[in-house]
Amino acid sequence: MSEIIEIKDLVKRYGDKVAVNGISFTVHEGELFGFLGPNGAGKTTTVRCVSTLTNITSGTVLVDGVDVVKDQIGAKRCMGVIQQQVSLDKDLTIRENMISHAMYHGMGKQERNARIKELTDYFGLEEYLDKPVDSLSGGWKKRAAIVCAMLHQPKVLFLDEPTSGLDINARRLLWDVVKKLNQSGTTIVLTTHYIEEAQALCDRVGIIDHGKIIALDDPKALIERTGKIAVENMVDGKTEYHYFPSMKDAQDFVADNGLDDATVRKTNLEDVFVELTGKSVGDQK
Amino acid sequence: MTETNVNGYRRYNGFLHQVYHVAWSDMMFLKHNFWNTLVMTIMSPLLYLIAFGYGLRTGTTDIGVSYVAFVIPGIMSLSSLSSSFASTSTRLNVQRLYYKSFDEMVMCPLSMSAIVLGKSMLGLVRGMLGCFLMYALGLFLAPDLQLTPLAVICVILSCMVFSMLGVLAALLAKSHQSMATFNSLIILPMTFLCGTFFSVSSLDPIFQAVLYCLPLTHASGCIRAACLPQVLEFPWWSLVVLVVFGIIVFLICRHLLKTRKI
Repeated sequence: MSEIIEIKDLVKRYGDKVAVNGISFTVHEGELFGFLGPNGAGKTTTVRCVSTLTNITSGTVLVDGVDVVKDQIGAKRCMGVIQQQVSLDKDLTIRENMISHAMYHGMGKQERNARIKELTDYFGLEEYLDKPVDSLSGGWKKRAAIVCAMLHQPKVLFLDEPTSGLDINARRLLWDVVKKLNQSGTTIVLTTHYIEEAQALCDRVGIIDHGKIIALDDPKALIERTGKIAVENMVDGKTEYHYFPSMKDAQDFVADNGLDDATVRKTNLEDVFVELTGKSVGDQK
Repeated sequence: MTETNVNGYRRYNGFLHQVYHVAWSDMMFLKHNFWNTLVMTIMSPLLYLIAFGYGLRTGTTDIGVSYVAFVIPGIMSLSSLSSSFASTSTRLNVQRLYYKSFDEMVMCPLSMSAIVLGKSMLGLVRGMLGCFLMYALGLFLAPDLQLTPLAVICVILSCMVFSMLGVLAALLAKSHQSMATFNSLIILPMTFLCGTFFSVSSLDPIFQAVLYCLPLTHASGCIRAACLPQVLEFPWWSLVVLVVFGIIVFLICRHLLKTRKI
């Protein structure tokens, strides 16, 4: 499987503050790659560096073999980016937003009309095309933003916290959209602080904290490395976690220690994160 | 002009295409708000004309034309500043700080020069609209005024320069409040002091020196001389200053975008 994104020793500083601290990783073509970490961990800054929205301090970033520092325009042609906040122009209709995005990529009338039709049919947006942006709900605005980012047929799509601020139904619907896009061959890189999102969608997950990648693998392998089964019990008002490779080991531990009130459950990525960092993904810096 | 083929379709990536593509959404915005924009564009110049041209009734000026004929080119230059600057800076400020749609544009394969010029087009169009409406009014009120090719060039140049100044102000603005501060400290004093309603040559040399540091003094001098060629010699050096000012503003905008210092 070929690498479509290659990042080596990426550093981003804002004055004395180090936002991204020398991270290196690759993303395979066709993969759905996730960045998981708490707010302020460096996820969005990494996406902003790769998508050329922020200049990098040092390191190299190649997207489809193109260096994003040396050939910004070449790199931008092969990627689409959806920011955390829906960034549609609210003074225009949905269709006008799509047309202007297509024009930024140099698409002529024939091509952009064909692509807008194809993608709005695919995402069920036809009836909203001539409506103002603010008449759509958050989930539909996100879909419209995805269509805008997909119009020029990018090889890589970056989604920064795609479901942030959406209700659970809208979030599930958007997961389906993301899966469909990935199945159609688009490489997707998403950032999230929702454990279940990373677990449900991603082929591989990079756990990031304090600007560094502290673990990178597929979710199942990360969980197995920590222990498939978790035991939670309260000691002096504080929850203690214990991880075991099998249910039998966990049950033996509970029985041996007389932990009748303990909860035995499957380990998730949040447990992996807590084990690695000593804090919860929801903790803010 | 660069054209590439993607799936059998041509892609138009030439520089002028890029400028047009950047300006397109702003033209749609203008189309949606045309009548509102038209009223806003003409209202303040009209009030200035009534207050200064007729309210003060200063009769004939020392250059031998009526005060109305003298003040209309001044109001045209004022209009080129206020309309061009306000429309570009307000829209870009909102797109950059509130909608975040400007970030989307920056992430697309567009040259930074095309973004600066494309974002200036809204101000250019609206400024020219204001100037030519004022000139059309002047044709009835002051027959001394002439629409020379040089006057058209000066109006276009002036609108373009102040529109790019609007781009610069919006790129530097950290909030809506800082835009208002820029307006109060830079734009408003220029509006009244830079030879729009009176001749700068009637002031003390020190004041003249200060006012000649401001671009609107040169714009009003150029537009007035170009509209009244029978009584005023054209200040070519002011035209050069205006061009140089425009180039400097353009280069600063491009630098800010290239280095992402926005």
